[in-house]
Amino acid sequence: MTKPRVAFFSFSSCEGCQLVVLTIEEQLLELVNLIDIVSFREAMSEKSEDYDIAFVEGSITRTSEIERIKKIRDTAKVVIALGACATIGGINSLKNQFEMDKVKEIVYGKTANDYETIPTRPIEAVIKVDYWIQGCPIDKDEFIEVTKAILLGKKPRIPDYPVCVECQMRENVCLFEKGIVCMGPVTRAGCKAICPTYNDGCTGCRGLIDDPNLSSHKNLLSEHGLTVDEAISQYMLFGGNSKEKYE
Amino acid sequence: MHDFHVGIEHITRVEGHGNIIIDVKEGKIRELRMDIVESPRFFEAMALGRSYKEVAHITSRICGICAVTHTTTSIKAIEAALGFEPSAQTIKLRKLLLNAEFIQSHILHVYFLTAPDFFRVGSVFGMVKDNKEIVLRGMRIKTLANELCALVGGRHIHPITLKVGCFSKNPESKDLAAFKKKIEDLWPDIEETVKFFKSLKTPEFERETEYISLTCPEEYALYDGNIKSSDNGEVEPSDYLDKVKEFMVPHSTSKHAKSNRDSYMVGALARFNNNYDQLHPKAKEVAEELGLKQPCYNTYMNNVAQVVETVHCFEDSIRLMDDLISDGMTDEKIELIPKAGHGVGATEAPRGTLYHEHKLDDIGKITYANYIIPTGQNLANIQNDLRALVPNILDQPRDDIILNIEMLVRAYDPCISCATHLMKVKFIDE
Repeated sequence: MTKPRVAFFSFSSCEGCQLVVLTIEEQLLELVNLIDIVSFREAMSEKSEDYDIAFVEGSITRTSEIERIKKIRDTAKVVIALGACATIGGINSLKNQFEMDKVKEIVYGKTANDYETIPTRPIEAVIKVDYWIQGCPIDKDEFIEVTKAILLGKKPRIPDYPVCVECQMRENVCLFEKGIVCMGPVTRAGCKAICPTYNDGCTGCRGLIDDPNLSSHKNLLSEHGLTVDEAISQYMLFGGNSKEKYE
Repeated sequence: MHDFHVGIEHITRVEGHGNIIIDVKEGKIRELRMDIVESPRFFEAMALGRSYKEVAHITSRICGICAVTHTTTSIKAIEAALGFEPSAQTIKLRKLLLNAEFIQSHILHVYFLTAPDFFRVGSVFGMVKDNKEIVLRGMRIKTLANELCALVGGRHIHPITLKVGCFSKNPESKDLAAFKKKIEDLWPDIEETVKFFKSLKTPEFERETEYISLTCPEEYALYDGNIKSSDNGEVEPSDYLDKVKEFMVPHSTSKHAKSNRDSYMVGALARFNNNYDQLHPKAKEVAEELGLKQPCYNTYMNNVAQVVETVHCFEDSIRLMDDLISDGMTDEKIELIPKAGHGVGATEAPRGTLYHEHKLDDIGKITYANYIIPTGQNLANIQNDLRALVPNILDQPRDDIILNIEMLVRAYDPCISCATHLMKVKFIDE
């Protein structure tokens, strides 16, 4: 059997999710026995335009990126969105609250017109995506699980329950009881509730579950003293690309 | 070879997207530049209107490799704006976490991004077949550093526990003690690392430049200090714009930085040159073993300086862990009262000095942000180095010229995602 040819690509991002892939370390070497990594600019010099599986990190924030991602879709049999920037737009979406001219002016002042930028979008706004690995950054165990499933031709199991479920399994005291605001009740699990475990409220980096009870969550936030605007602002930290979903 | 034209698109084994364009005609350089084609992400705009409590969560996402440094620097700028001094315990924990990031980042660079050049293979994967033990050794050290990051920060990439004021959760003393044992067990790998880098022949090259880093009287400055230039002394972090002068290059593509001269260098070699005396004695021994002497003007030796700093950071981590264990850690809970203010944070990132500046309104929302990134500061110096290097290697075969150029750029360990928000972007048409 020929090994599937795998490529990694990055768009607008911090490349942290590809770094997570590099931190799987010894298991990465085992994985390399099952696949041929043919393109991974952050780690290797070889490049190839011939691949079966494309992992794509980062969001679409420039018109040139639209052409590039379409080309990847045309080549790859399977496209996997890697991390919050690619799956939901992520932190890059924060700029969408402003007009693009304003964004450019804030950062570049008088030379603003020399730059080109468009509102941030997840890659599925431009191409068909086959699988999503959520998170900012991704969880390495989930990456391994999903990748194995894809290599075996199975559908990966992606949780459709909130972070609260995993948080309770870890027997954490609910952060709301400690007076800390948390997005866990509406956010897709799979991160093992890592942020609440370290006493930091979930920031919603894995996006909403399929059927979130937002009105109940908003009530919870308002009981903890947040105004409607402040609650929306919490949702917008990673979810700025789909503001309408949260309103 | 008197005529030489190369356009290296998307230089590999660096973080982010950059191109090198060099055009030599009859032995004279007609054009030489490094273009940055990474998409700008506009972090200074994204931070606006966000709370002082959460801005470090945003700036952490500037870079996956040095997320701890970005988070730390943002928090320091906020604390400066609010006039708050964290506890000695918090500072020790932050320094420990920063050391772990330095080790992780330096090992990633020297083993996985740099070493393949010496074996003439395209990646660390290419080293696995004939040099698996070397690769595994690099991975063991990096894994240990990642574990230390996770122990203190919750996770390495985008740390969780680092907050304005204090840590949201402290590590357990018993876990720190267990970790010290792990470092002891790993020590043979570190000794082998020194031997390994001693066996590699660093290319010869010399060009003296201005070196800028933090400096402080008490220790080898990573977490804090004044900004020191090898040319003309020190300023306080709040006066960083006196040392870091950004400028546009005519007909060129990038916003660069200069200080006293037309370019300067930041990073491991700059720190080594400015603060050698304060390195841990074991790190000094390693420097001597590897032939690195202060002052060193060979940019390629930045890789060696990273190995030296790795040893320093391990030793300093052991000292910090001993202190934290013997003093005992208390759970801190600090609620700062927001007020209008203005603050600058300066920290050494693995790649050089990082600056974050924040202004807050009276309810603690960000009204102004400025972030100045090490790789952006190095760009002008990279080009000056290449201008000095290229005429001397033109008699080599084309592949060797390209390898030498790429190795020189890679020696800076450039981190382009970080730097891009301050770069002007141009598309090359080849």
